[in-house]
Amino acid sequence: MAKLMMKGNEAMALAALKGGCKAFFGYPITPQSELPEYLSRYMKEYGGIFLQAESEIAAINMVYGASAAGVRVMTSSSSPGIALKQEGISYMSGAELPGVIINVMRGGPGLGGIQPSQADYKQVTRGGGNGDYYCLAFAPESLQETVDIIKEAFDLSEIYRNPVMIAVDGLIGQMMEPVDIDKELPKRDIPKNDWATNGTLGQRERRIVNSLYLDPKELEEHNLRLHKKYEKMRETEQRYEIVQGDDAEIMIVAYGTMARICRSAIEILREQGIKVGLLRPITLWPYPVKAFKQLSSSVKGLLTCELSMGQMLDDVKIANEGRLPIAFFGRSGGMIPETEEIVDAVIKMREGLSNE
Amino acid sequence: MSKIVFKRTKGLTDNEFSYCAGCTHGIIHRLVAEVLEELDLIDKSIGISPVGCAVLNYNNFNCDMVQAAHGRAPAVATGIKRVSPNRIVFSYQGDGDLASIGTAEIVHAAHRGENITVIFVNNAIYGMTGGQMAPTTLVGQKTSTSPLGRMVEHSGSPIKMSELLATIPGAAYIERVSVHNPLHIKKAKQAVKKAFEMQIENKGFSLIEFISTCPVNWGMTPIDALKWAEENMVPYYPLGVYKDVTKEAK
Repeated sequence: MAKLMMKGNEAMALAALKGGCKAFFGYPITPQSELPEYLSRYMKEYGGIFLQAESEIAAINMVYGASAAGVRVMTSSSSPGIALKQEGISYMSGAELPGVIINVMRGGPGLGGIQPSQADYKQVTRGGGNGDYYCLAFAPESLQETVDIIKEAFDLSEIYRNPVMIAVDGLIGQMMEPVDIDKELPKRDIPKNDWATNGTLGQRERRIVNSLYLDPKELEEHNLRLHKKYEKMRETEQRYEIVQGDDAEIMIVAYGTMARICRSAIEILREQGIKVGLLRPITLWPYPVKAFKQLSSSVKGLLTCELSMGQMLDDVKIANEGRLPIAFFGRSGGMIPETEEIVDAVIKMREGLSNE
Repeated sequence: MSKIVFKRTKGLTDNEFSYCAGCTHGIIHRLVAEVLEELDLIDKSIGISPVGCAVLNYNNFNCDMVQAAHGRAPAVATGIKRVSPNRIVFSYQGDGDLASIGTAEIVHAAHRGENITVIFVNNAIYGMTGGQMAPTTLVGQKTSTSPLGRMVEHSGSPIKMSELLATIPGAAYIERVSVHNPLHIKKAKQAVKKAFEMQIENKGFSLIEFISTCPVNWGMTPIDALKWAEENMVPYYPLGVYKDVTKEAK
């Protein structure tokens, strides 16, 4: 199918509709507002429900309700709004309810700013809500990848009965790119829904959607069951891309918009004869530790680049297991680095390595 | 020859209630469950359990049940009802849940005219956490966080939710009832029935506020607690219909 030129937020909204989303609940916040705006216009054509909630807290609890009723449901927000949704995300994880949550990240902490940022890495991967839980978390770098992942996210969310987070920085939400919204994706078998509370209609036993286990023995069993599910995600869902890694001396580790800037930097550096590659995590949780285990023996160091002061850096250290030296380059507050800044950071790291 | 004159309603499971002796939650559960049975709604209902003493009532109502975060039941109910408009959706919430932490959710559910039914149980105290002051605690009433009694200059006046919600255009039916004696229990059941009928007829948001008791945290015998509710709560929280769109239309 021909590609459409679309704005990121609108492409994400259309991708949700194409992915079978039948309900959306959200609250306005910059820089993602075009997403609910688009759905308010088109959701009805797709036979779904759009409702603007009174708050992010209400929105995520409406998601909880619609999901409990067995419907494909999504919400979107930006960093401070996601913070408000965390309680609901914890409840969804505890009650094992599917749902897709898009976070168009902006700078923080507090009200922060409205410019693109990756400062929610920990909020997205560690869960701001209470308890022992994880969400599958994707961090695409282009609109095509974003729309593909949104469509897949609904399937994965139902397969695992777990919320899925999609973290894009504000730049991806605001920029325009050509996308093929109908690109064929792998078909997955979705397990039969035998848990939704949508009325027994006298045809089955009643069901309960719940995250309360007052008996510590029962709660531990529940935690172990969830843990098993997270282990399966760790085993099967790690996703990453390695660019020009075969002969690289330095591997840049970066995701989202930062990864795209790093691609440009790599081109410039390669022209200068400096062998640099890119390890681009596509899932932030589970973190693609497998990628670090198969790096070429030519790699002498890792340079982590983020639109934050180094939140993914901790995961890079964990995945690296002390093998290689690690350097960091970050911009924050909504500032986007020039390609040359990345080039300089690589050159500086290279000099440091050769002095050792 | 013997015949059955009284039995458990099909609206309740045979799960034992987890409430303290003398607590009126049990009566209110039964009234709701009887109405579900009498209106033939059990098979198409989804109930929302709150956080508070009634948190475990997903074990008691004999229909699909969803446990919600503290105060968020009206938002959860909204999510369910919007995607399944031909089901009956009700929330069951206490005064801490509905009148304190969940005020935004209840006010906006009413404002949108969500076609749901809310059972609101007001016992003027936080029961499950051990008897702390609630937004509904009466002036002068002693609780574990108002040991000298609630003072208006410090904590404001007790909140009157039925009066507040009745001002909202989207509210279709609002009534306050009490269960302190058999006469009022009978009236309360009629109110619950009316609220569910409003939902069946797609009239919009309905809420029944129950004046309830908490003998343990009030430090009273069950009988004294019923008397205290009648003599102290009912005068401050007058019983009656606060909103009825079917009457206004006539």
